[in-house]
Parts: sequence; C-alpha cells; structure tokens
Amino acid sequence: MTEPLVLGIETSCDETGVGIVRGTTVLANVISSSMDEHARYGGVVPEVAARAHLEAIEPTLKRALAEAGVAFSDLDGLAVTAGPGLSGALMVGIGAAKGLATATGLPLYGVNHLVGHVAADLLHAEGEAAQTLETPTIALLVSGGHTSLLLVRDILDDVVMLGETIDDAAGEAFDKVARLLGLPYPGGPQIDRVASDGDPRAIRFPRGLTKPADLARHRYDFSFSGLKTAVARWVEKERDAEREVPVADVAASFREAVADVLLTKALSACAELCVPRLLMGGGVVANARIRAVAEERCAAAGVALRIPPLALCTDNGAMIAAVGARLMAAGRPSSGLAFGADSTLPVDIVTVDAG
Amino acid sequence: MFLAIDSSAGTSVALVDSSFGTVVERTSDDTMRHAEVVGALIDEVLRESGATAATLTAVAVGVGPGPFTGLRVGMAAAHAFALASERPLVGVVSHDAVAYEHYSAGGWGELLVTTDARRRELYWSRYDGLDTLGLPSRAEGPALARPDDIPSAARRLDATRVSAGSVGIVAARLRASGRPTPVVPLYLRSPDVTLSTPKRVSR
Ligand SMILES: [Zn+2]
Repeated sequence: MTEPLVLGIETSCDETGVGIVRGTTVLANVISSSMDEHARYGGVVPEVAARAHLEAIEPTLKRALAEAGVAFSDLDGLAVTAGPGLSGALMVGIGAAKGLATATGLPLYGVNHLVGHVAADLLHAEGEAAQTLETPTIALLVSGGHTSLLLVRDILDDVVMLGETIDDAAGEAFDKVARLLGLPYPGGPQIDRVASDGDPRAIRFPRGLTKPADLARHRYDFSFSGLKTAVARWVEKERDAEREVPVADVAASFREAVADVLLTKALSACAELCVPRLLMGGGVVANARIRAVAEERCAAAGVALRIPPLALCTDNGAMIAAVGARLMAAGRPSSGLAFGADSTLPVDIVTVDAG
Repeated sequence: MFLAIDSSAGTSVALVDSSFGTVVERTSDDTMRHAEVVGALIDEVLRESGATAATLTAVAVGVGPGPFTGLRVGMAAAHAFALASERPLVGVVSHDAVAYEHYSAGGWGELLVTTDARRRELYWSRYDGLDTLGLPSRAEGPALARPDDIPSAARRLDATRVSAGSVGIVAARLRASGRPTPVVPLYLRSPDVTLSTPKRVSR
C-alpha cells in the first residue's frame, strides 16, 4: 500500500502554511507570513494576522499544489490545525479546510498544532531516507506563540504536557526585549545578531521559576515576564544614570538567561523521567545560541538531540499534513465537519473528535 | 447552479438555480459558531439538492459587511471550495441580498438596510429600488455608524439574517450582467491596534 497523500493547513499564528506530504515525504511546504505587517506593532496582532490568512489562503494552496505537482483529485486526505493558537486565525484555516473537504469529499482531520511540531521530526525530502521518531522523547517547543515541554511516548496516543509558560512565550520575550533595546521586530534574529559581540556573563538576569519554592509547583513550567521586566529595569537604571546601554551585553545576557532556563528544564525532564532524547521545535530554535547551548548540554548529559531543519521548525503546513498522514495510515477516523477552533486545545488531544 | 455561502450574520448556505431560484437553503442563526457549522451546512445543501462540485456554474459568497471573525469563515470556505471545484468565485455585498429579498417580495422605493456591527454600531446601506437587471440599486453604503447617526429612509429593515439563497440569485444576475464581483471582505473598520510605547517598569 502506498502512503497517504495529505494536504495540511496551518494558520494558528502569523504564518499561512500549506504543506503536502506523502506519508513522511514532503512534496511541498509553502509559507506566507504576515510578519512584516506586525513589525510596526512590535508583535503579532491577532486581527492583522487573521486578515492576512484570508488573503493568503487561496494563493498559498495553489502554490503548494503546483510545487508538489499534484491535483486535489490525487489527495487521500486533508488536515488542518484545530488548536492551540489564535482563534480568529485558526478559524480561517478551518473554514478553508471545510470548503476543500466538502468540494472533494476527502476526509478531514483537525489536529493539534504542538503535535505537529513533534511530527516535523518525521519529515524528510524526496529521495532522502525516512526517519523514525524515537520514543520516548522529551520535546521542547518554543516560539512566539508557545513555550511547551512535552513527554512523547507515542505521537498518536501518548503525548503529555509536562509544563508550559505561565505568562509570555519565549519568542514574545525576545520581541519585547528587542523593542526595549530599540531593535526591530521580530526580536529573535535581532537579539541574536547584536548578542554575538556581547558577553553573556556581563549581567546576571533572573531565571524564572527555578527557585526551589517555584520548582515545587512549576517544575517544568516557564515564566519570561519577570526576566523581561528585569531587563527593562536594568536598562532604565543605566539610562537614568546617563550611561550608555551596552546593548550587546544586555542582549547576550538576556539570551543566555532564556537559553539557560529552557535547556535546564528540558534536561532535568530528560534526567528525571529517564528519557535520553530531546527534540526541539518552534521558531525560536532558529536562535544560534539556543541551539549551541542545546548541543553542549545534551552532549554533556548523554542526551540525543534532534532539531528538524528550520523550515520545518517554524509553523508550517507540512507538519500538520504529517500528523494527518500518520492518522490515516493508522486507520483513525476523520474529525468530520463539526469541529471548531480551540485556542487552548490540550496536547493530549492529537486529533479532534467528530462533533 | 450556484453554491452560495454567507457568514456575515449567522451562517447560510444555499444551492440556487439561476432560472428557478433557491433549490435548498440551510441557515444557522448562531453568530458565534460559523467555523463549527459551515462544513455541515455545505454538505447538507449539496446532498439534499443532489448537486456536486462538478455540476456547479460558480460559487457565490457574501463579502459582508459583517463582524470579521465569522465573515472570514464563510469567505475562506468559499475560496477553498471554488478552488477545489475549479469554479469561479463571485462576491456579493451581503446587504444587496437583503435588499433583493425585500424588493422581490413586492417592496418598492427607498430602503435602508442595517445589520449588527457589534460594539454598539451598525452597518448600513441605502437603496432606491431595483435596476433594469432586477438588481438592487445601492445609492449609499455599505457604511458603519452609531445607531444615532444612521440616515433616515422611507423604509428601514434591521436584518438579523442574510439568506444565502438571495446571495446566490444576486450573484447569478451579477455574473450574467458582466459587472465586477470583487471578493474582498468588507470589514469597514481597521484592525484594533494601538501602538503603545514601552512603559517604564521602575520608579
Ligand atoms: Zn508553533
């Protein structure tokens, strides 16, 4: 039996993604981003993102089909992100997916965005060898929309949320600190750029939720709001004293604090749960220092580190299609047509039920 | 045959025959569940009418004005349906469908159509009758205003429902007339964003 050919739609944040996969082979992965439109606001504006999704959805679908060289009649199934994410943005993808499903009669799977990030690790280009997702694995998913630590024992049946951010997502903290330092949006690449000349040990910024008292309640949770405030307070003090703000040192020290807390928590999960694997995903993985810290510490801890190629780490449709293909191959029932957007969809719900 | 979708108020889906009118119409008046209902409504309408994507002439869609989140669901579904069924997509101003219904039921003369825009505002359009093609002739609007600032008219219709069947009939006539039918959402409000400057955290 050949593997199912599935088209996946992702619209949970500011990227309109359409991907087409055959099993785990990526045939197309097209992304249209509204990032530039958010630049002047310094962060993702939900209404601006949702409007951009509606404008982009048809051209993005067309480009993906052309890139994959397939027609709707060739497809075996459809998948769409049902949550978590921005609800108005999710609804554009869900509306489009239901339009496709009713026009073609294809089964539609409403899938979990975070599980999509995990499934990204299964994907490979045409001609490349297929890879298996080794389980159990800890997954650290970090972007402007989410910061989550998962325990994955089985991608379809056993995904557990160990912890997540209790305030800002890590990517948001990058955006806010960049703004504070007068750097443009998106903050991640900007902080990365100026931090390369800075000393990561110049300023000791706080590591959120790492004190023993916090660990008792929030062992694997994250908090970046206090870090952001600490950076702001430090910068204000320098400005008040009419000293020049050492932007490179501030950026490097901030980035170090984020990398430190992310990897400390991820690796303590690996150690405490006896899981010798860490999978990373989400746009923040593009950050060079976070990748480097991950490599160093995983090597030191004897943990196997996996980071999918960047185009599959940032939000994309191929990872959503991959979940759909996996569900189809496993003979799982489709989600039907009655599901809606769930902005807080729990990660143990891999695919939403019919009705 | 036209498949028509409107989600500018509730969610309405219809199959329309350009000579015989509405064949099947299904409407949900729920203004919060567009994403949940749109697929099943399309499916029901197709099944009950026996139509398939292949037997359609075009897909018609109400482009608002309407509250954004819901409006986008129907428009996204219509775009995707038209693309997958390789049929043209025809945009119809949703108020035109309301006005068409009024005139085709024997109404005449000046008409003001309003729909809920939330935040204590209304969308409105003013019509002065049917034109030679049997299409409502819109004299003003669509526009957005507070209830006190809505112009007065000989007749006023505060609509809470937009019929996809009427959207489909207006679309069929528009398409036959060769007039432009842009598929551009009528939000009539800019996205709600205020550019805040970072606030001081220390005193
Ligand atoms: Zn994501």
